[in-house]
Amino acid sequence: MRIALFATCLADTMFPAAAKATVQLLERLGHEVVFPPEQTCCGQMHVNTGYQKEALPLVRRYVRTFEPCDVVVAPSGSCVGSIRHQHATVARQAGQEGLASRAEAVASRTYELSELLIDVLKIEDVGAYYPHRVTYHPTCHSLRVLRVGDRPLRLLRQVRGLDLVELPQAEQCCGFGGTFSVKNADTSTAMLADKMRHVLDTGADVCTAGDASCLMHIGGGLSRLRTGVKTVHLAEILASTEATA
Amino acid sequence: MSTHAPKGVGHLRGDEPFPAAAKVALANPQLRRNLQHATTTIRGKSGRVIAELPDWQELRSAGSALKAYTMANLPRLLEQLEERVTAAGGVVHWAADATEANRIVTDLVRQTGEQRVIKVKSMATQEIGLNEALEDAGITPVETDLAELIVQLGHDKPSHILVPAIHRNRSEIREIFLREMPGVDPELTDNPPDLAGAARRYLRETFLSTKVAVSGANFGIAETGTLAVVESEGNGRMCLTLPDTLITVMGIEKVVPAWQDLEVFLQLLPRASTGERMNPYTSMWTGVTPGDGPQSFHLVLLDNGRTAVLADEVGRQALHCIRCSACLNVCPVYERTGGHAYGSVYPGPIGAVLSPQLTGVEDNASLPYASSLCGACFDACPVKIDIPSILVHLRNQAPHPRSEKAAMAAAAYTMDRPKLYERAQRAAKLSKLLGKRGRGLPPPLNGWAASRDLPEPPAESFRDWWRGR
Repeated sequence: MRIALFATCLADTMFPAAAKATVQLLERLGHEVVFPPEQTCCGQMHVNTGYQKEALPLVRRYVRTFEPCDVVVAPSGSCVGSIRHQHATVARQAGQEGLASRAEAVASRTYELSELLIDVLKIEDVGAYYPHRVTYHPTCHSLRVLRVGDRPLRLLRQVRGLDLVELPQAEQCCGFGGTFSVKNADTSTAMLADKMRHVLDTGADVCTAGDASCLMHIGGGLSRLRTGVKTVHLAEILASTEATA
Repeated sequence: MSTHAPKGVGHLRGDEPFPAAAKVALANPQLRRNLQHATTTIRGKSGRVIAELPDWQELRSAGSALKAYTMANLPRLLEQLEERVTAAGGVVHWAADATEANRIVTDLVRQTGEQRVIKVKSMATQEIGLNEALEDAGITPVETDLAELIVQLGHDKPSHILVPAIHRNRSEIREIFLREMPGVDPELTDNPPDLAGAARRYLRETFLSTKVAVSGANFGIAETGTLAVVESEGNGRMCLTLPDTLITVMGIEKVVPAWQDLEVFLQLLPRASTGERMNPYTSMWTGVTPGDGPQSFHLVLLDNGRTAVLADEVGRQALHCIRCSACLNVCPVYERTGGHAYGSVYPGPIGAVLSPQLTGVEDNASLPYASSLCGACFDACPVKIDIPSILVHLRNQAPHPRSEKAAMAAAAYTMDRPKLYERAQRAAKLSKLLGKRGRGLPPPLNGWAASRDLPEPPAESFRDWWRGR
């Protein structure tokens, strides 16, 4: 299958490993990956901070860039959540009904990675090998906006060598929330403290998730406290094999 | 002409923005412990009884549809309610705002010649600051809900819609009772049954000797003119049946079309709020019944900004709220900051969307941002209010700091120009110059670096790697 990658601005700029792993994984599974270079950002930060007018050109850009593609994948539940649940609204609020329906059409073909693998490509065992003790944080937008459910866990359970340990109170937010983490830094930190405590309680050496943003937050805290626990994107685990491990 | 809730009266505006108030609350270990314990307990209890109902999702949809219908027909339903209440011997008053409602209630109490009123727990009267207005007029209001009594005796403010003294533990409550409760036993322990017993003795005398009661209402049925109050302690039943005069202050959004609609709401409310299958006391009354209960009944219909909320197509969903507080109990922000940080009688996620709409967003500009948009509130809401979407909608109306506006405009401009965006990506590598792991960032970004390292910028961006492969 020919799959277009929406790398997301955060992974493209700060966490290229997650986007590279998405490419390597899909190619290993025999698919063709394309990367339309006109892509930049989904505009979620603008929408969620109260700047819908500024987000409109980014919505238009996303729609134009990916309109010709049959299937789009992004290694982020949050960005796909914004594409699916906010793009049409932003267009509609600006009185652009035409753009809104086009946005809805493109959004219906845009998938988060675990959705693409399980729902579209119908695969659970991607042939990965990752010999680590891993705990999975389900990220709020994957869980409650996209409803990915146990898809990431089903993928992780098939990874050879991987010791999957359950994260207590997994469904609680890590406290990132985009600009919430700077506008309400103290509350965000209090939420992060509890998330880190639960991660550390599992004894895992890796905390994974389907969003580079939440991982940046959890990882930033784990690093500051020198816990020695690292954060790794789900795509990187699924892309790992005996050859790369 | 729709107007917002007036300034200088009532409790919808805080003294300081949410982040500053939250910072103080977060540093209070007793508060953190009390909140964590209480919200975890209620969440567990509520989750268990909700799981018993196979049609919970259908009930939520029905509740949502009933509320949407009500809002679309509000003027007609309110007039119908007025007509039925009047026909049943009640008197209906219309209050445009808190000031008018306080004046109406104060005048009604004065006309009875009484100096003291007993109160049923009511969010509407807390919202308008009725107790303060009555005290200013020389009338003593006595809260009869146990938690509201604790708050009142402690000269404190409620911090939760359902459990207003959630921020207090039993030893704090004992101290308040010993200090403030008339005739209290000086040997009082902090054993919960003893504390409840002390309140019971004090309240029972008050119930029997007070001739005027003030209540709120959970529902006002347009079809029959019936008012309904649901509660757990029986204090409401006392207030609604013993006095000669009953004055009920009801927000205009609390009207429901028909008697049968309670079938839905009386299943949703107790399970979502207290985690009970049904609430212990459901009191309903229609006007005045000769020889039975209060012989004088007044209904004050309160707007206080609600019409302005109704005018907003997205925001009006906030009026669907049935005050169960499920969203508070599941909110990771509320669980850590408690209710006082929100500065309004309506705290938590629903408060963050309701308070700014009642006052005008500019008067509560920090509240729509008091959420990580995790979505737990939307899932928990028994009438399916899409709180995250309203929060985002209100952020779009909120006044923005000038520096943030400039940064957001610059970011959007850059993101819409791939060449410029690439140059910015390469410049991101220079961010190392800002100091190790982000510690030299300027405000407000230094908030990040106070507790979190920034990742090391990668050697090359994804698109550079893609181009080179």
